[in-house]
Amino acid sequence: MSSILVVIEQREARISRISWEALAAAQSLGAQLSLPVAAAIPGAQTESLAAELAGKALAKVVRVEHPLLSAYTPDGFTSALEQLVRAEQPGYVLFPHSYQVRDYAPALAARLGQVLIGDVTGIGDGPTFSRQLMQGRLNGAYRHSGAGPCFISVQSGAFHADAVQAGSAQIALFTPTIEAAQIRTRPGEPFRGSAQTVDLGSAQFIVSVGRGIKGAENLPVVEELAAALGAELAASRPICDNGWLPMERQVGSSGQTVSPKLYVAVGISGAIQHLVGIKGSQCVVAINKDPDAPIFEVADYGIVGDLFEVVPAITEAVKAAKQ
Amino acid sequence: MKIIVAIKQVPEREAPVRIDAGGKWIEEANIQWAMNESDAYALEEALQLKEKHSGEVVVLSAGPERAGTTIREALAKGADRAIHIACDDLGDRDALGVARLLAAAIKPENPDLLLTGLQSDDLGYGQTGVILAELLGLPHASLILHVEKTDAGLTVKRELEEGWFQNIELPIPAVLSMQSGGSKLRYATLMGIKRARTKEVRTLSAAELAAPVASSVRLERIALPQKQKSTQILSGTAKETAAALVEKLKFEARIL
Repeated sequence: MSSILVVIEQREARISRISWEALAAAQSLGAQLSLPVAAAIPGAQTESLAAELAGKALAKVVRVEHPLLSAYTPDGFTSALEQLVRAEQPGYVLFPHSYQVRDYAPALAARLGQVLIGDVTGIGDGPTFSRQLMQGRLNGAYRHSGAGPCFISVQSGAFHADAVQAGSAQIALFTPTIEAAQIRTRPGEPFRGSAQTVDLGSAQFIVSVGRGIKGAENLPVVEELAAALGAELAASRPICDNGWLPMERQVGSSGQTVSPKLYVAVGISGAIQHLVGIKGSQCVVAINKDPDAPIFEVADYGIVGDLFEVVPAITEAVKAAKQ
Repeated sequence: MKIIVAIKQVPEREAPVRIDAGGKWIEEANIQWAMNESDAYALEEALQLKEKHSGEVVVLSAGPERAGTTIREALAKGADRAIHIACDDLGDRDALGVARLLAAAIKPENPDLLLTGLQSDDLGYGQTGVILAELLGLPHASLILHVEKTDAGLTVKRELEEGWFQNIELPIPAVLSMQSGGSKLRYATLMGIKRARTKEVRTLSAAELAAPVASSVRLERIALPQKQKSTQILSGTAKETAAALVEKLKFEARIL
């Protein structure tokens, strides 16, 4: 009988939030297809995390345990999970779409002759799996065919961690065979890039700027709006990649996650990597010249127009309102 | 060091997105094309490594004839030669299918280092480099910002989430998926553009690489995204929309 396997990721000895979201997705897919869901937790010490998972509605929890899984390496994780998937033969394997998963799940799928459907934002009848294309300007519906498991990674924020259903599950131990010589990369300890002096996470007002600003010389346009609002200045990735603003002002999956009262997105198209960083915003205002820009899908208020005309006008209006 | 850089030609960022009659892809007729952004960073890293350690930079691209312009751009920036896998059915192949094509062309070259961009700006699978490593039996690391050659192999700086990084040591030959932003991109010089015209571009046909097209994952249809929130679009002159926005923020959202 087929089943669904969800691979749980730990971060700093805890189950990551996005793993709970992947578990919620797996339970929802299980309900749709009437299939049992099992969770696998790879690592060197998984006992307490497995116990936490055992309190959820799962057919079982599998501790995939080996000393060589203590630090993440693509070789170790690919090998361990390949062995587990061959033993369990699930119909579906779900992952959280984290940087770690992006680093090994495509290789794991390929090793089994399969292709990962990555970055999934929704599950439809069939099942079909939706994900974004063209930087969020399109949605695509994907379907898996043929024999062998279907590999899925679930985008952050697409499913709700608090939708995970409670229950009780048995815990099983799976010990993969891994030799030290198989692991070809040597990972170092994680470190912070630079002293984080800008805490965007606690800012109440944020003015954020994207490619639409065209050049560093145009930044005063948004700086003046930020000053008028008493807001922190932030940016999407390309602005920091170009060195127009420091990396510590970057919002999105590779930068900071923010939850301000007001987030003003200026000239930001709204690729998913950016949108996952602003989900907690109370009110989003988007200014963009492209009416089809995906940022408008998540905005409360949108202005379609030339930011070089619109933003100075807003700055003036804010100043007048505050007088 | 012999470095192969896999690059993809993608629709230019502001290209119009119109769904074609088949409902599975966009109309390509009036689209401008460009080098995928993170691939441009992979090329830049390769050129910098060559400048430091000497060697050869070979660009590899699969795609129809039009991909030739992106290949010439890479040669103009300083790549030494190119391999173009002529392929009109790229869209019918899934990530594994495309990687199989690329791997078949890479194998006889025996590079010391294979670089790809992290993710394409059109399909966004973000898998090519990782699958290539698996198919070629090479170690890999992804989301890489910097590459340093050491006596034992490489030390690379990997981006983690939320502003964290990690150094990874790995032997060569290896595969790296490059994140954007690690260095400043160069422009092609006039001299470079001139030189590119005489550089070797070897064309291989997809058929002679004998990579199977069969896909286990299919894109069934595409659609414009649905709005998640009911967005109020404010219209009028710049002054009118600004006034309307401030009004809304003050009295409706109550945050000013």
